[in-house]
Amino acid sequence: MTRYILRRIFMMIPVMLGVTLLVFFIISLTPGDAASMILGQEATEESIQELREEMGLNDPTAVQYVRYMGGLFQGDMGRSYATGKTVSSEIAQRFPNTFVLTVSAIFLSVLISIPIGVVSATKQYSIFDNVGMIIALVGISMPSFWTGLLLIIAFSLTLGWFPSGGMEGFISLILPAFTLAIASTASITRTTRSSMLEVIRQDYINTAKAKGVSKNVVIRKHALKNALIPAITVIGLEFGILLGGAVLTETVFSWPGIGRLMVESIQRKDTPMVLGSVIVFALAFSVVNLIIDILYAFIDPRIKSNYS
Amino acid sequence: MSNKSEVIATENLIKTKKRSQGADVWRRLKKSPTAMIGLGIIILFLFMAVFAPMIADYDDEAIKMNIKERLQPPSSTHVFGTDEFGRDIFARIVWGTRISLFVGLISVSIALSIGGFLGAIAGYYGGRLDNAIMRVLDVLLAIPTILLAITIVAALGASVLNLMIAVGVSNIPGFARVVRAAVLSVKDEEFIEAARAIGANDFIIITRHVLPNSMAPIIVFATLKVASSIMGISSLSFIGLGVQPPTPEWGGMLASGRAYIRDYMYIVMFPGLAIVFAVLSLNLIGDGLRDALDPKLK
Repeated sequence: MTRYILRRIFMMIPVMLGVTLLVFFIISLTPGDAASMILGQEATEESIQELREEMGLNDPTAVQYVRYMGGLFQGDMGRSYATGKTVSSEIAQRFPNTFVLTVSAIFLSVLISIPIGVVSATKQYSIFDNVGMIIALVGISMPSFWTGLLLIIAFSLTLGWFPSGGMEGFISLILPAFTLAIASTASITRTTRSSMLEVIRQDYINTAKAKGVSKNVVIRKHALKNALIPAITVIGLEFGILLGGAVLTETVFSWPGIGRLMVESIQRKDTPMVLGSVIVFALAFSVVNLIIDILYAFIDPRIKSNYS
Repeated sequence: MSNKSEVIATENLIKTKKRSQGADVWRRLKKSPTAMIGLGIIILFLFMAVFAPMIADYDDEAIKMNIKERLQPPSSTHVFGTDEFGRDIFARIVWGTRISLFVGLISVSIALSIGGFLGAIAGYYGGRLDNAIMRVLDVLLAIPTILLAITIVAALGASVLNLMIAVGVSNIPGFARVVRAAVLSVKDEEFIEAARAIGANDFIIITRHVLPNSMAPIIVFATLKVASSIMGISSLSFIGLGVQPPTPEWGGMLASGRAYIRDYMYIVMFPGLAIVFAVLSLNLIGDGLRDALDPKLK
């Protein structure tokens, strides 16, 4: 088991290096000069040149990348052009907010989608199933920023139950978490349903039924356990979509997370901050996938036995 | 003489066979009411996109500010009401259809051609080339699609062209994987071996024999990706990184209408519904196609 986990972590390293290289290269295409931006319009040509030299902006991109990576390994991601604060401190301050938001969203969607998917599959083509699947398809097709606006209109402006934005205590988490959860709830429901349908038709389910196991136990112990494997894959993939969705949801609800930080930094052309945010997002996504793979091994004994 | 007529007869047989395959899929697709609803909606959108100039005047109704008529609720003159600059929301939605469908289709074409090419050669040749391509794609896949698109637009600047590039490039790894898997599923079939035996080169084998026989999953994936690209385009415009105002775009309309939702909720209602219907219709068609093209469900 430890061998499997170590192997997976080891495989993650080149991918993460590739991600930093790719993102650094894309961001380096940004037009405009950082030095003249920091110093403002009244700066003299000489002082701009001086700062460029000091920041190493005159070096080739490859050299800049190596220097950036050197800093990154020590937790240094440079300083914000706009505020002068270190990128790592800003991200460290905002990361917990994005973490709370995305984890509550994924928790919410798993809590809702697995039971609905299971019931839909066991009662295939019933009214519950048909209506549920139509709602799921509509849910996948709704842009999260629009859903967010509708929820604000209904539950904040009209009913006054929740705040329309900001982050003050648990109550302000509910609308954004729900908004973010909708799309992933819909697709996890669909996957759970279809993999349950496949499992239910297997011989071992008939065997279990034939030897007199009650229907509930067959569904819970024999069918669901096997059907969960594809569902977990989708949960992992959805987490990536969720992290992207966090950018939009945080914008709609003025949630002070990394997504909003990224959008604000793009508007301010604050490249070190943009770079740092994207890298942290990609790292978070990779860690989630790592956790999913490890979960796999726990759930699926076939993987475990390969490495014991 | 008889030999020639035999050839013609065989040719006709092949032709009818080919035609009936498409007809077969269409016959099965027709049986799905949801796919037909989706097809109806998307045809309506296509119609709106093509005939936009006849439905509403671009300069006069979709672009020109008209402060006297600002923030009017839906009425017979303005079916969806007017926005904060007095522009007709219906006219802007109709013109926005052009942008969404056009950018969606172009981005998917970019992703399909580049991703498809990479996936096809990776799957067909296998070995080291396959390994190298897939490792690079793993890097792209490690960044969530929309974040990759945001990063690209952030670097290149916000414009329609850059939007297409960003959404297109961020979808390359997905297409490469699907095409690779599709190619792998047919490349060891006997008819490929037969083609090689009669001396066809790799290019001919891939384009004439492998790809046509592995189209089904690619078509389904492309349909679903047009849907998600339309969503991605409006998302980017919503955070100010897509189509720039005053050009009408659904996500951009939501962004500017956001400030007025307290008293004028119709401002965000209709552009949002346009996105939902466009995305939903393509998802319905994609789902229907998946079932219609699945030989197991024949």
